[in-house]
Amino acid sequence: MFEAIAFYLFAIVTVAMFLIVVFSKNALYAMSALAGGMIFIAAFFFMLDADFMGVVQIIVYGGAVMALYAFGMMFFDTTRDVKENIKDKRIIYTLGTLSFILIVVIMSAPFISDHIKALYPSLPGVGNPQMVGYVLFTKYLVPFEVAAVMLLVAMIAGIILVSKKMDQSITTMPEVDKKIEAEEFDIKDAK
Amino acid sequence: MCTTTGFIIETVIKLLVILLVFSALAGFATYIERKVLAFMQRRLGPMNVGPYGILQVLADGIKLFSKEDIVPQNSVKPIFKIAPIIAAASAFTAMAAIPFLPEFTIFGHTVQPIVADINVGVLYVLGVMAIGMYAPLLAGMASSNKWSLLGAARTVIQFLSFEVVTGLSIIAPLMMVGSLSLIDINDYQAGGMQNWLIWSQPIAFILFLLSGYAETNRTPFDLLEHEAEIVSGYATEYSGMRWGLFFIGEYANMFTVAFLVSIIFLGGYNPWGFIPGGIAILLKVSFFIFLFLWVRAAWPHVRPDQLMWLFWKVLMPIAVVNILITGLLLM
Repeated sequence: MFEAIAFYLFAIVTVAMFLIVVFSKNALYAMSALAGGMIFIAAFFFMLDADFMGVVQIIVYGGAVMALYAFGMMFFDTTRDVKENIKDKRIIYTLGTLSFILIVVIMSAPFISDHIKALYPSLPGVGNPQMVGYVLFTKYLVPFEVAAVMLLVAMIAGIILVSKKMDQSITTMPEVDKKIEAEEFDIKDAK
Repeated sequence: MCTTTGFIIETVIKLLVILLVFSALAGFATYIERKVLAFMQRRLGPMNVGPYGILQVLADGIKLFSKEDIVPQNSVKPIFKIAPIIAAASAFTAMAAIPFLPEFTIFGHTVQPIVADINVGVLYVLGVMAIGMYAPLLAGMASSNKWSLLGAARTVIQFLSFEVVTGLSIIAPLMMVGSLSLIDINDYQAGGMQNWLIWSQPIAFILFLLSGYAETNRTPFDLLEHEAEIVSGYATEYSGMRWGLFFIGEYANMFTVAFLVSIIFLGGYNPWGFIPGGIAILLKVSFFIFLFLWVRAAWPHVRPDQLMWLFWKVLMPIAVVNILITGLLLM
């Protein structure tokens, strides 16, 4: 009974959150709802006795959405509504409905045809984190390592892209000062 | 059905006790903080309300409750109102997986002083505590105030800095214990002071403590509400009980970090010589709360760029090397 109550409660809340993400025009509402929805998803992992996945969901998406806020802060005035420039609403609605139907069919097909079964059922007496470790480091070792290497590559690429003049402080660069002064001069001229 | 009902009643009682005890302790900790700071700075601190100013907490509480509740006109109002609730709620939710005391028996009924003994306790506590950083972020971004926005930007910096070191520093002791449950970690250190993990993992202990200070926004890493630079940071526009919730959240997080450090590195609630376990952990936690206040009296703030430099360029490599050495020794 408790599981049913918890499931429907979190299902409603999660869907509501992601609807806000899609339909809200305010970037702050959208991002906060996204963070909330990601955390509510963790509840489903806890209900399935996948404690480890639930906690990882909270930690990983908590940090990821936080980085999204940083971008929102840089590019928008988050307290105002974003003016959306939509040329043709019909295309968006058609594509949205089609992809929605597609995802629902893909996800529900195995349930309907009853072809779903656990490839690696958890062993009795082995905890959830241990089980994740066993499967990850035996069956899925190669994909796991490849994913790790790809993340490393992405990190190094990111560092190289932003690292120009990283050993200097922008506040002590005379050419930056000159550039700012020139820009201010231009603005005064324009006025 | 009877056991289910009993379980529900027991859990509700535990939740209420934790909520009430730590809300009260948060208030009392403000009094202790002002007294300790005052003595370290050769002042008297609060003296007028009650003997030695001990009723100052009540006076402050009355002031907070009866203050006018201001919501700025141009703020994003729902988010502005939700932010303080996130601070307090996440701080108390994180406490659900902490074993506060050893098992004890009351009226012939064995009580485990932990709300939910999930087998990923440490990760759960750290993850939910980190979610608490959303409170200053949302508060700062919703207030439409430049100081608040700067506070929010600093929140992101701080979050992205300490999160890495918290995770990496805790891995080394967890590798030795082989479990993520705080009760298992505590039991691993049973049998006296020489079995405490601080002796085998001193570097991890220091790293974890440092990132704990960043996680709770305490000096020297309290750059979110740095009075001298950004007025009050994310809390500039808040008043009354909304501000009070941020405050309760911060102090509840201090207690969580103190309990975590005591359990993971200092033997938790195992008996300590002739001292029984329950009192031993309270002594350790009190010491760490005092250390929080001591550091606040003794150390200056750091700048945001210094914070990032410290966590990414100094502490993170040390943590990785520590994991590597621990792994080699365990092999």
